[in-house]
Amino acid sequence: MCLKSSALSGEADFLKVPTYDEMYSALEERHGAELQRKFASARVAVCGLGGLGSNIAIALARAGIGELHLFDFDKVDLTNLNRQQYAVRHLGLPKTDALREIIAEIAPYCKVTAVNVRLCRENIPQLLSDAPIICEAFDKAEQKAMLVNCALESLPNSVVVAASGMAGLGFANEITTRKISKRLYLCGDGKSDVDGNSLFSARVMLCAAHQALAVLQIIAESQ
Amino acid sequence: MVKVNGELFDYDGKTIAEIAELTGNSTDRIAVELNEEIVPKARYGEVVAKDGDVLEIVRFVGGG
Repeated sequence: MCLKSSALSGEADFLKVPTYDEMYSALEERHGAELQRKFASARVAVCGLGGLGSNIAIALARAGIGELHLFDFDKVDLTNLNRQQYAVRHLGLPKTDALREIIAEIAPYCKVTAVNVRLCRENIPQLLSDAPIICEAFDKAEQKAMLVNCALESLPNSVVVAASGMAGLGFANEITTRKISKRLYLCGDGKSDVDGNSLFSARVMLCAAHQALAVLQIIAESQ
Repeated sequence: MVKVNGELFDYDGKTIAEIAELTGNSTDRIAVELNEEIVPKARYGEVVAKDGDVLEIVRFVGGG
């Protein structure tokens, strides 16, 4: 497989992409065979590809998660670049396409299903039914609550990793991960609302890292 | 007594909707687990907490 390396030169210039076996061996060497087998066979949904979701998806792709289902309805906007993992070249593209491209550069054998759709009560039961682990990475409080409620109500075998409270410049150590129940994890400080606070990459990434780490722990503890 | 987010309250016999209001929560920004099971939003007005129940009201704020 070859990727065009536009970053290195303006001319057609192709990078040789490692084979699947080479990439798998490198991950296995880092993580151990048993853990990598679990990561490679895992399937995770990331709902919302903004400051949380773009960071979560990249962290999971780097860990060698086998399959990512990405959902967003939005396009990359200039106001996203302060905290979301997109670049100037992605402006105007659907976030699903932009993130798929970024992941292909980092983890070319990660199977990415990217769906440009607005998730709602009506389509969540069907669109998220294949993913045993669901990351809530929306930005509006009502939408977060809708997704968490809908997933827990309609998908009895799914685990949800959600986020609440990562705005502002509060201390990093206020961001925590709490296991609310067998099926719900909550990351964030629980209080810092975007209403009245700005979002900063450094703090949003902390919360996204908590979510990605919770996902890896859930997979590591699975059989 | 009913344990709500780790604290004990005299909420025996109250519905989830009543407890949400008493704790200052807007029902469209929360998820509620009663003894580790999700309470469907449509049932907030009829599910009643009883002595010994453990309630987690997960409150969402904006940002992502």
